[in-house]
Amino acid sequence: MADQNIQNYTLNFGPQHPAAHGVLRMVLEMDGEVIDRADPHIGLLHRGTEKLIEYKSYLQAVPYFDRLDYVAPQNQEHAFALAVEKLAGIEVPPRGQYIRVLYAEIGRILSHILNVTAYAMDVGAMTPMLWAFEHREHLMEFCERASGARLHMAYFRPGGVAQDVPLQLLEDIDKWADTYPAMIDDLESLLTGNRIFKQRTVDIGVATAEQAYDWGFTGPNLRACGIAWDLRKSQPYDGYEKFEFGVPIGKHGDCYDRYLMRIYEMRESVKIIKQCIANMPAGPAAADDHKFTPPKRSEMKQSMEALIHHFKLYTEGYHVPAGETYTAVEAPKGEFGVYLVSDGSNKPYRCKIRAPGFAHLQALDFLSRGHMLADVVANIGSLDVVFGEIDR
Amino acid sequence: MADVQPVGEIGDYIADKLSGAITSQTIAGGELTLHVAPDALLKVLATLRDDINCQFKQLVDVCGVDYPEREKRFEVVYHLLSMAQNARVRVKIDTDEVTPVPSATGIFSSAGWWEREAWDLYGILFSDHPDLRRILTDYGFEGHPLRKDFPLTGYVEVRYDDEQKRVVYEPVKLTQEFRTFDFLSPWEGMTRPLPGDEKAEAGEDAEPEKGDG
Repeated sequence: MADQNIQNYTLNFGPQHPAAHGVLRMVLEMDGEVIDRADPHIGLLHRGTEKLIEYKSYLQAVPYFDRLDYVAPQNQEHAFALAVEKLAGIEVPPRGQYIRVLYAEIGRILSHILNVTAYAMDVGAMTPMLWAFEHREHLMEFCERASGARLHMAYFRPGGVAQDVPLQLLEDIDKWADTYPAMIDDLESLLTGNRIFKQRTVDIGVATAEQAYDWGFTGPNLRACGIAWDLRKSQPYDGYEKFEFGVPIGKHGDCYDRYLMRIYEMRESVKIIKQCIANMPAGPAAADDHKFTPPKRSEMKQSMEALIHHFKLYTEGYHVPAGETYTAVEAPKGEFGVYLVSDGSNKPYRCKIRAPGFAHLQALDFLSRGHMLADVVANIGSLDVVFGEIDR
Repeated sequence: MADVQPVGEIGDYIADKLSGAITSQTIAGGELTLHVAPDALLKVLATLRDDINCQFKQLVDVCGVDYPEREKRFEVVYHLLSMAQNARVRVKIDTDEVTPVPSATGIFSSAGWWEREAWDLYGILFSDHPDLRRILTDYGFEGHPLRKDFPLTGYVEVRYDDEQKRVVYEPVKLTQEFRTFDFLSPWEGMTRPLPGDEKAEAGEDAEPEKGDG
């Protein structure tokens, strides 16, 4: 019998695969049905955001951040707003901070709902998405009532928020926050103890704590490996130190623990939302410095100076003092950072966006090795990747 | 809630520990920056990671910055995070288009893709990188788009050609000219406390010039 030359089979996965969570193309080297090597090809959604931001004024750069992780747009704007405020030395009034925290947590729930349910769908559960998306719809409605946009809010501006929240909105969010924990219970009853779900996720894609450090894991993926680290606790920004909430920590670092992290984080987010609304301070929602934040419409009808400020802000924009900063927030997917270099003009000289998903997706290779083809799908889902932020 | 470690103390400790490897050290806005010579980079990163008083176990980010007017035009910026000390540090090295930077992939696995990105967007070379391919731009892309001398519009555009039944690349044609508005005022603009107040100071400087004419 002639010698048979047995070769590994190379499989192309995506970029139009429904379980690829966007436009991920992967080249998988297979040994039978076992993965030998996974090589993710990214950049199919590359829009040159960083280049574009270098050509826009600071205020015009804000909407680009919405379009990075489009599942939780507020949290990206938050990082940019904090970075600009740090360089320019702007103080945000308490009400502005509370509104930001409120919407940052709404963003976290928006993101976790999408991830948990889409991930469940990847491994075979249809119902969670159908149930939980109703609540996602409610949340986007709250976004719309505050900013006019369901998804891309452009609401967190350097100096505060674009405008104060309308009457009755806080009461409605509070009412919703009372109903939501029941929904999380329902989700858990569908998934947490589910035999099929556990067979697909427990002990799949295990990362140890050392590996998590080495590969730059952040957010729920890091905490699933048993590392207690949350930027909201350790390096609090915008008054997060005033809130009481827990940080769930996992034990095994597998796909199942990463799912549990997100479920528990949603419960903690609801607590923060409740505290935000209960303690919402009065006062302005944005800094009163009209070199950075636009004057009120009513003022512009009367005051020449307000009119000049408005005109200058929306043509030239404001100048940010020369300097550089790396400012990070705890976005739903992990540490979202902005490395902002200013040369003193009205446009950023360099704006590097540090997306958590970029580091997580890089680790997919070692997470998937030795697993079956179907487990790659579970791994991608559990890492919570969104290509808007990875490809930029 | 753990307090954030004052960066000054950690900076002094690192400067003592790595004297010679660090060319300069600055603290601005509570952020510590170390300037390092390229050949000392790996030693500095390894020490920052392994030293018991540093424990910068996570490489958070690697990116390039382009300063075309400098002799060595690129800065490569590494951001490190120590969860044990609750501190961040920024390490910077200078390089140009032809001098390779030692790759940090041997110390931090996560450096792999970020270095690929710096190569792709700036053309910064990394020596000993296991897999230095383009990452974000298209297959077969030419040039390094985040360099300051690369135009925002790029050089080529793609479209689907119905006759050839494939995607074709063509030189970029803009139906409307790219508009850059120069909003920067010739005077100080928004930086002064009072708009219109700059005449007071400008007037003094302007006086002698009139005398010459």
